[in-house]
Amino acid sequence: MGNVPSAVKHCLSYQQLLREHLWIGDSVAGALDPAQMADHTEVMKGIHQYPGVRYPVLTPNLQGFHRAVAAGATEISVFGAASESFSKKNINCSIEESMEKFEEVVKSARHMNIPARGYVSCTLGCPYEGNITPQKVTEVSKRLYGMGCYEISLGDTIGVGTPGSMKKMLESVMKEVPPSALAVHCHDTYGQALANILTALQMGINVVDSAVSGLGGCPYAKGASGNVATEDLIYMLNGLGLNTGVNIYKVMEAGDFICKAVNKTTNSKVAQASFNV
Amino acid sequence: MGNVPSAVKHCLSYQQLLREHLWIGDSVAGALDPAQETSQLSGLPEYVKIVEVGPRDGLQNEKVIVPTDIKIEFINQLSQTGLSVIEVTSFVSSRWVPQMADHTEVMKGIHQYPGVRYPVLTPNLQGFHRAVAAGATEISVFGAASESFSKKNINCSIEESMEKFEEVVKSARHMNIPARGYVSCTLGCPYEGNITPQKVTEVSKRLYGMGCYEISLGDTIGVGTPGSMKKMLESVMKEVPPSALAVHCHDTYGQALANILTALQPMVICKHNGGTYTVNP
Repeated sequence: MGNVPSAVKHCLSYQQLLREHLWIGDSVAGALDPAQMADHTEVMKGIHQYPGVRYPVLTPNLQGFHRAVAAGATEISVFGAASESFSKKNINCSIEESMEKFEEVVKSARHMNIPARGYVSCTLGCPYEGNITPQKVTEVSKRLYGMGCYEISLGDTIGVGTPGSMKKMLESVMKEVPPSALAVHCHDTYGQALANILTALQMGINVVDSAVSGLGGCPYAKGASGNVATEDLIYMLNGLGLNTGVNIYKVMEAGDFICKAVNKTTNSKVAQASFNV
Repeated sequence: MGNVPSAVKHCLSYQQLLREHLWIGDSVAGALDPAQETSQLSGLPEYVKIVEVGPRDGLQNEKVIVPTDIKIEFINQLSQTGLSVIEVTSFVSSRWVPQMADHTEVMKGIHQYPGVRYPVLTPNLQGFHRAVAAGATEISVFGAASESFSKKNINCSIEESMEKFEEVVKSARHMNIPARGYVSCTLGCPYEGNITPQKVTEVSKRLYGMGCYEISLGDTIGVGTPGSMKKMLESVMKEVPPSALAVHCHDTYGQALANILTALQPMVICKHNGGTYTVNP
């Protein structure tokens, strides 16, 4: 993804995305391009915060947290991993060290009545370690939930999961964290995202992360897709008669806008099918 | 993915699949660890037959006309993957489908591996006889659940097409040649929009009744979602047993795998006289 001008990031149509969550921080672990997110303060201050929309930001440590609050953030996220190697390579510390940092952040956040969300990456596999046990995912999730994160987003960071491994992992995590406090964050690197999300829905999860146009590739698989496309997700949920409150056409407009800005073809099949008509 | 024979694992095309970023080690890409296998999604079938339609349905929609020798090599490579059914070509007029103009050469040119079936499309008796003369040992007929699509696609109404297919399937059965029936537009039509599950059931029942051993239900324009797939299958499975059904999902809107997963899962079917029963595909 090329450098997106700050002006683009907080312009009107880009903001008109989801009712529930608008991610203005990069949510793909390991792919953080310092240059891309360097304008975090400007963007946070520049956007129009619509009523009924929440605008969480990633805060890896206390310093980031204080800057976020100073810039107007009212919700934050911390980003852990279920893999030691991934944790070390991605945020330069062990899982235990990261949890200690997050405890500080989440404690400060709670002190200021700022909700904190916890992410666990590599829940269905790690690019360095390979298989990740559901027990490890449960351990990390429980820790984040215990320190006060209101929701834990379980990420299939490199998209290697399938309905079988998704089910096994969720069965384990749900013994320690209630489904109402869980979300899934599926990457579509191997085309499995919607099938995995459907499986999670059938198990009682009702919060799903997605990215408009399927933005964000995979740093571990050149040319492969990354996040599941919001448009494709909404299409499936609409077809199931499930209420999201989100207007798919407006999302497609925002997707078209950002793809043009970064000179990229959309990864959303729904958008591809619609714009080809 | 089931047990992959060693011979397949060593073949070049399989090895090319297992590039660095794919999950290999000792297990097959995507598969659970042996220790985890007992926790597969419950109610799923133990074996799934994959019918490869790339050489026909796939190439048919490609703009570039693929040379005959490339088609033959493509099918020969597929024959070595472990696939048990590969749809080779379509014995349709080259005026309608130029990509399939070399149907006879392709059928005669491929190597028919033991244990692999090679069905071909035969829209009418003429096509059927040509197919048999070229060495075909399995055929398919292609109907639709939409009148408009039937007229635009094969130039006749659903009823007229069924009459043609009756002739083809009857001749096929006479020669002990299995016949598969396709129903297109089962989850939506590019001309008519929504298609009722009842219409799909009607056409499927007709094809099954005339002797097709299997009915492939197609989401031709990929508009279906797990909800509409479930409704349609619940209707069709009242008249055609799941063991005689297949799904053919297009991925136009990225929904295919989710729709297929839905089709693989057990379904509760309502009986005509009230009450229900569960079918496992």
